[in-house]
Amino acid sequence: MPSELTIDGVRSAIAERQTTAIALAQDFYTRIRKEDSEIGAFLTLCEERALVQAERIDRMAAQGKPLPPLAGVPVAIKDVMVTRGVRTTAGSKILDNFIPPYDCTAVARLEAAGAVILGKLNCDEFAMGSSTENSAYGAVHNPRDKSRVPGGSSGGSAAAVAAEMAVATLGSDTGGSIRQPASFCGVVGLKPTYGRVSRYGLIAFASSLDHIGPFAKTVKEVALMLRTIAGRDPMDSTSAAVPVPDYVAELEKPVRGLKVGVAKEYFGSGLDPEVRAAVEAAIQKLAELGCEVVPVSLPHTEYAIPTYYIVATAEASANLARYDGVRYGFRATAGSLSQDNLSQMYRLTRDGGFGMEVKRRIMLGTYVLSAGYYDAYYLKAQKVRTLLTRDFDEAFKKVDVIAAPTCPTPAFRLGEKVNDPLAMYLADIYTVTANLAGIPGISVPCGENHEKLPIGLQLFAKHFDEATLLRVAQCV
Amino acid sequence: MKVTDKDVAYVADLANLELTEEERARMLRDLNSILEYVERLSELETGKVAPMAQVSDRYGVDESRQGSDRFAYAIREDVKDGLRASLPHDVAMKNAPDTDGTFFEVPKVIER
Repeated sequence: MPSELTIDGVRSAIAERQTTAIALAQDFYTRIRKEDSEIGAFLTLCEERALVQAERIDRMAAQGKPLPPLAGVPVAIKDVMVTRGVRTTAGSKILDNFIPPYDCTAVARLEAAGAVILGKLNCDEFAMGSSTENSAYGAVHNPRDKSRVPGGSSGGSAAAVAAEMAVATLGSDTGGSIRQPASFCGVVGLKPTYGRVSRYGLIAFASSLDHIGPFAKTVKEVALMLRTIAGRDPMDSTSAAVPVPDYVAELEKPVRGLKVGVAKEYFGSGLDPEVRAAVEAAIQKLAELGCEVVPVSLPHTEYAIPTYYIVATAEASANLARYDGVRYGFRATAGSLSQDNLSQMYRLTRDGGFGMEVKRRIMLGTYVLSAGYYDAYYLKAQKVRTLLTRDFDEAFKKVDVIAAPTCPTPAFRLGEKVNDPLAMYLADIYTVTANLAGIPGISVPCGENHEKLPIGLQLFAKHFDEATLLRVAQCV
Repeated sequence: MKVTDKDVAYVADLANLELTEEERARMLRDLNSILEYVERLSELETGKVAPMAQVSDRYGVDESRQGSDRFAYAIREDVKDGLRASLPHDVAMKNAPDTDGTFFEVPKVIER
């Protein structure tokens, strides 16, 4: 193994022939086989695909060719992104046997940049959850304390980086599903601006809120991952034709003089005192580096969770209508094809294929869209979404970034919130706002509580200003 | 209780779900608890606020144009040559639970 297990460390170790991409991939598989039985981060390993890619990188290194930026870097992918020829389940029984015929754009871009894809990572079913306990394939355990959740829904992606079973991973974030597990596992997780990274090949949960983003141990590696996957993709009409800066080079610029906003709405009741102290200390550190701390107001924050759970479930109920047992995935039947009727087949398939939380969200989403309730719930939530977005527009007239806690508490215990959906939803209270407004958000480790559980600082920036976001995050 | 047993049955029907007795009871409890929490949105006056369906209307929009022309970024030029090939038939059918090789097979749709 290279002395430094970072993206740059791996790449230069291969370039300097201290190791090979194949040896490194095999080391990681050995480690996964040893460590993952107690963590449960991986659902599928794709060794064949990994070794073909590793061999290609080793050939380039042997020929002395310049290596691409992620050459030989072992990465892993949340199982909501489709991978050609490699089983993709979305953590659901309904896709238990699904072998996608194409690659998600973000995955293809990582591979084109030289990354070696080790396998697919566990998550809450269809990314619906905040603890990775809703997976049909078993819960993920937090590597920092195995009695606790890793957060969710990208729990496998955060845990794999924390347990050094991958150098970097991809996750998805619809209401906090990258930032919250990053905070719980003590790693860096970035949700980019809506439209910054193509969603082509991301299994849809709530299309106007879904984002793909990277996890790694350092901000610099996250910047490198973002630079690789960002940019317009003709396969996703919502991907933006906004130029992609060199996020890594941008990290060199000073932070002195930048304005850091602090909103009291993110420091209210329910915030754990140790989390508050760690976040305030991180903000103080930014002030000592020459940032100006400015109070800002985000007055509609308390309405974010109700707004989110209407918009997200409404979109989910429509997106998940496609799982009907006809074209792919699981199918349940009462008897033979000739005995059953179609409607019965749909129902049995969906009843048997979806887990409880997915059914709950489909029900809620169908309810808020149904005749007589559309205006009161869905339209109302869309209007409040405008108000929440305006809050950020106003705040960003005064500041460059906004600092807040990622989560109100450190990682909670497995099983603690599993029977109380509302309590689980409130774990996302500080993260859903960025999805509704589409602004970028990052979680970076900023300390530990008395039980050595990691605490995350969250930073927000203006639309498409990931460069400033990453630059400030690096100083924490 | 806002949502009734009847509502749960009606919504399950719309969503193509059957649900067990136990699941229906949990849905009744959970939907009521979540909708009660969501109720606080009615505190806000939103009569003059435009609804926001998605974030993409915030960038790349050409304000000088009308209707869907505003979203020129989302529309590609017509491609006359070199169209991207679609998936071959057999590849597209590979994940089908039941197929005769040409069509997806499903239970009888029309009774006669």
